[in-house]
Amino acid sequence: MANTISLRCRECSRDYPIEPLNVCEFCFGPLEVVYDYGAINASTSREKIASGPRSMWRYADFLPADYNPVTDINAGFTPLIRSRNLAEELGLKELYIKNDSVNPSYSFKDRVVSVASAKALEFGFDTIACASTGNLAGAVSAHAARSGMKAYVFIPSDLEAGKVLTAAIYGATIVSVDGSYDVVNRLCSELADKYRWAFVNINVRPFYADGSKTLGYEVAEQLGWKAPVHAVAPAASGAMFTKIWKGLNEFADAGLIDTPVNTHMHLAQAEGCSPIASAYLDDRFIIKPVKPDSVAKSLAIGNPADGYYALKTIESSGGSAVVVEENEVSEGVKLLARTEGIFTEGAGGVAISALKKLAQSGTIKPNDQTVVYITGNGLKTVELVQDVVHPLLIEPTVDAFEAAVDTKVS
Amino acid sequence: MRRVRLTYLDHMIRQPVIYQMGKDFDVVTNIRRADIQENIAWVILELEGDEIEIDNALEWASSLGVRVDPALGDLVEG
Repeated sequence: MANTISLRCRECSRDYPIEPLNVCEFCFGPLEVVYDYGAINASTSREKIASGPRSMWRYADFLPADYNPVTDINAGFTPLIRSRNLAEELGLKELYIKNDSVNPSYSFKDRVVSVASAKALEFGFDTIACASTGNLAGAVSAHAARSGMKAYVFIPSDLEAGKVLTAAIYGATIVSVDGSYDVVNRLCSELADKYRWAFVNINVRPFYADGSKTLGYEVAEQLGWKAPVHAVAPAASGAMFTKIWKGLNEFADAGLIDTPVNTHMHLAQAEGCSPIASAYLDDRFIIKPVKPDSVAKSLAIGNPADGYYALKTIESSGGSAVVVEENEVSEGVKLLARTEGIFTEGAGGVAISALKKLAQSGTIKPNDQTVVYITGNGLKTVELVQDVVHPLLIEPTVDAFEAAVDTKVS
Repeated sequence: MRRVRLTYLDHMIRQPVIYQMGKDFDVVTNIRRADIQENIAWVILELEGDEIEIDNALEWASSLGVRVDPALGDLVEG
């Protein structure tokens, strides 16, 4: 059984039973899972975790759903890579890249959906759903395929063909909604009220969101049971960012890593959609929603549900927020690919460009152990970096090749 | 019933928008949560009434410069 006690409102602390709920009926604050930390801390150990499955479910003691092989597509336990070339280029001595772009459906969303789909089955749902412009659609569809649940994925009708395909291939019903992003939002809210489905980021959101805690646990374990000095992560709703911090602190409270956690959490957004980072830079805790207009499409959430909590995480951790310019999104993607052989999407480009700024400004010192989170795969958004393609065109002869190469060299 | 998040900037904070909304449109307004600061404020507002009337009331608020968003944050994710 999962070590959970209740759901609790993050604003008024009112308790609710463990049910598919996400919002406090009294103050309308968001609900969060309350864990039995006594039971978790008594049962967990480094040895137990290390001998667990090579997936995010090695941390099952800390998750709000029981492990269920029916839904498991082996999400998580992705590589933490010691950077050599990028570190050198940025003047950093101990830089690690958490490469979450190699999850089964190629983004960190597999972590949250892995928990959401397991919990959905526990609750007796036979259908899962989401509204997405990319990564979440793929993760929901893939988990539905594995588990045999029905899946409905709502997308804006102008979504790129590649993104539609990476959700459709798994067999989900793709519903292309004729209308703007706002219209899709509104429709999904109405559908969530009407149908008894597990809408992963609506009625099972408290459970779903906690899947991202594993990004904190894994990095701590992979660093040799310690928290880094700095963590740099992209943000859309802000939920993943807050959960990395929560994961590190839960590990410290359980005695698995040193306490207190001294990690500085740095949040990265692109200029075209930076409601959280802009609030930080303006020194306010009220998020001003924006209309997204960014090439980092997986971060394009103009009205972020967890923006306030992400700002509190920055404050608690002594971190910061960085806005990168739109042209720096693809530059970051190219820099990571060129230096480390990792092809990420726009969100990863945002994280890398933010890391560069933090290193250049001296916020991250050369000797500080730093982890940058790469949360999605570049193959889903090839149009972002199409300008790198300029092959040498030659006749099929050795002379032609050498002439072309010489031409290029000279 | 619909729940929305209204965001007010600068001069709009001083305007009795919710009062006027209830007066000019056939909707019942109910403030559920709010944070009002000097230059920016948000309100989680419940509206009851005919769907078209709610749409009209929110369109009117938008036309004044009050931003209207889903109360739960955006549901469409990347």
